[in-house]
Amino acid sequence: MERWQKAMARIGNAPSDDLPVALVAEGPHGQVIHATNRAARLAGIAIGARVVDMRAVCPTLQVEYADLAGDARALGRLALWARRWCPWTVVDGADGLILDTTGSDHLLGGEAAMLVEMETRLSLLGLTARLAVAPTWGAAWALARYGPVRAICTEETRAADLHPLPVAALRLEAETVLLLGRLGLKTIGQLSEVPRLSLTRRFARSTLEANPLLRLDQAMGRLAEPVASQEARPRIIAQAKLPEPIMDPTAYLPQLGEEVCAQLEREGAGCRRLTLVVYRTDGEISRLKVATAAPSRAPAHLCRLFDDRLERLDPGFGFDLITLEAGMIEPVKTVQAQLGGGSDGGVPLSHLIDRLTARLGPRAVKTPVLKESHMPERAAQWAPAMAGAGADPLTPAQERPLRLLDPPEEIRVLYAVPEGPPAQFIWRRQTHRVVRYAGPERIAPEWWSDRPGTRLRDYFRIEDQAGCRYWLYREGLHEDGRGGDPRWFVHGCFA
Amino acid sequence: MSAPLSIKRLQGMKRQAEIQQVALSEVFSQTVTDAGAIGFVLSRLPKTSAPILWVQDRLSCKEAGQPYLPGLGVHPPVIWVNVGRPADVLWSMEEGLRCTALSAVIGEVWGAPPALDFTATKRLALRAEAAGVACWLIRRAAAPGLSAARERWRVASLPSAAHPHDPQAPGAPCWQAELFKSRSRKPGSWAVTHDRASDRIDILPPVRDGALAEGNGAHRQRAQR
Repeated sequence: MERWQKAMARIGNAPSDDLPVALVAEGPHGQVIHATNRAARLAGIAIGARVVDMRAVCPTLQVEYADLAGDARALGRLALWARRWCPWTVVDGADGLILDTTGSDHLLGGEAAMLVEMETRLSLLGLTARLAVAPTWGAAWALARYGPVRAICTEETRAADLHPLPVAALRLEAETVLLLGRLGLKTIGQLSEVPRLSLTRRFARSTLEANPLLRLDQAMGRLAEPVASQEARPRIIAQAKLPEPIMDPTAYLPQLGEEVCAQLEREGAGCRRLTLVVYRTDGEISRLKVATAAPSRAPAHLCRLFDDRLERLDPGFGFDLITLEAGMIEPVKTVQAQLGGGSDGGVPLSHLIDRLTARLGPRAVKTPVLKESHMPERAAQWAPAMAGAGADPLTPAQERPLRLLDPPEEIRVLYAVPEGPPAQFIWRRQTHRVVRYAGPERIAPEWWSDRPGTRLRDYFRIEDQAGCRYWLYREGLHEDGRGGDPRWFVHGCFA
Repeated sequence: MSAPLSIKRLQGMKRQAEIQQVALSEVFSQTVTDAGAIGFVLSRLPKTSAPILWVQDRLSCKEAGQPYLPGLGVHPPVIWVNVGRPADVLWSMEEGLRCTALSAVIGEVWGAPPALDFTATKRLALRAEAAGVACWLIRRAAAPGLSAARERWRVASLPSAAHPHDPQAPGAPCWQAELFKSRSRKPGSWAVTHDRASDRIDILPPVRDGALAEGNGAHRQRAQR
């Protein structure tokens, strides 16, 4: 919810705080509420309920889609960010982080001070957090969600802290919680008073999520549950420390490039982004980024991408530290091009695209994206070549021109019959007499993507007196109720 | 004439033909909006599935339109570069000619910019021959000046051939192709027609059919009106 509010505020579209807003996710029987803001909570919107029910409760509820994949990615980044406090962090479910702070709390002045520091830091990120310290994963989970604010629990107080909490705090499935409720076991204390033997017999075959005994053992530390921390990938970076400030990094670039590529080769990977950062003597930093279409670890190629762009670095009074860092690292296979072990000699296609894009910009180098559409301008569109592969060719049913004018150019037309072919037209101040024609080929607007009121088009293939072949269309019909007289356009040229 | 000699001569002719295929050629379009020059170039490209690099300057793109893939028929993938300055067009073409994975490089330059001088065309020609990639330069609104192109063509559209089913419709495209400079063969002028189904150029007989020359379908349309 807070991530969404921040994103909306960034695009200047944030709703006021007193309006009820809910984020929804797709459930098995329609949309369910995933998260709510404060106003919605006060209006009685329950998380997990159906959207239609909650609309009945609060008719002014504003509903937006939740970005679950984005939330998971953000949580993964947050887990790495949380390594500022301890070396072992791991994502717990969809909304939690587990930090193994054993031995690192004293660095922050004890557990209580550490929790305050964490809450402050997280609130600076715009996130609210509920925190707890406990000897086991399960106990920390329970206390953070169901316990008091910033609970601190030790080995001695664990039983006393956990016993008043409801059984749902044991990370159990909803069905098991319901079953335990029917058995009269409302709190963890009541559950732990039941003899182990009867609980074992009752839940012998259930899985971990449905087995209250195993979960209780985990929370109490009788069953080990270690924190398996995700290893962050090592940064691939090379740096050159210079004895004296210089103005031009060109001389150091090849060596840095070779260092980065040697590291990439050890990893068996290639990079798709490369960032050159120069640290100026006056404390400023300026950076240059280049991108490649396919992962690469060829130092000569990567350094050439910087060729015409080093002038754009602002050296100020000179800089004394240069770093070159690889980004978007992807595995690369070593391929033998020829049986004899030689290379083809030429430059690979992806290198050509990189060079063109680095010099001319990503919007100048494009590949076609073909779609199944009857509208000519939608059937073939252009996408930046860096984005990826081109499309398979589609063969259109009708003959199409070699050239398309974008946008179509309006012409003045003389015609014999209003719905028939033109007899003569004036385009770019030149009069073309129509000698032969084929058509019309009628293309109706695509109602699912066009705005209402778009007029149909009748396309004609025209040959003029000089032998040039054009593709004209009339937009709309007389008296079709969508504007005045139809207009005529030239849309393309045939060979 | 002995047999080995004739085989050698055949090989020499074949090599000559290959060089012709891959050298720099220049095509001048008669009018700006005439797509005949592009059709002619496309019909002469090598028939492979390797991609084409197509470079246009902005004025060519505005005035003569952009390449439209569904109209090219069964085509190899295209990388389209649209740049502002003619110097960038020439630079992109040179970069493309380093890459042997391409089947052809097509450049479109508007007018006669100072960047496109004899040296620039010579560089393109040498690169094209070294890389073995066909290179075509399409010129619009320009008079043929000094150039190192191995072949220079002037292409204009002619009234199309008769349509097999519809006498009023334009049929297979015809062009007047004039080879006015060439290193390897005799210059000449031909009326060619493009057979789209087989992607082949047929040279029309020099003496044309009376009916084809006069007919053009115009009188039928007039009679209808």
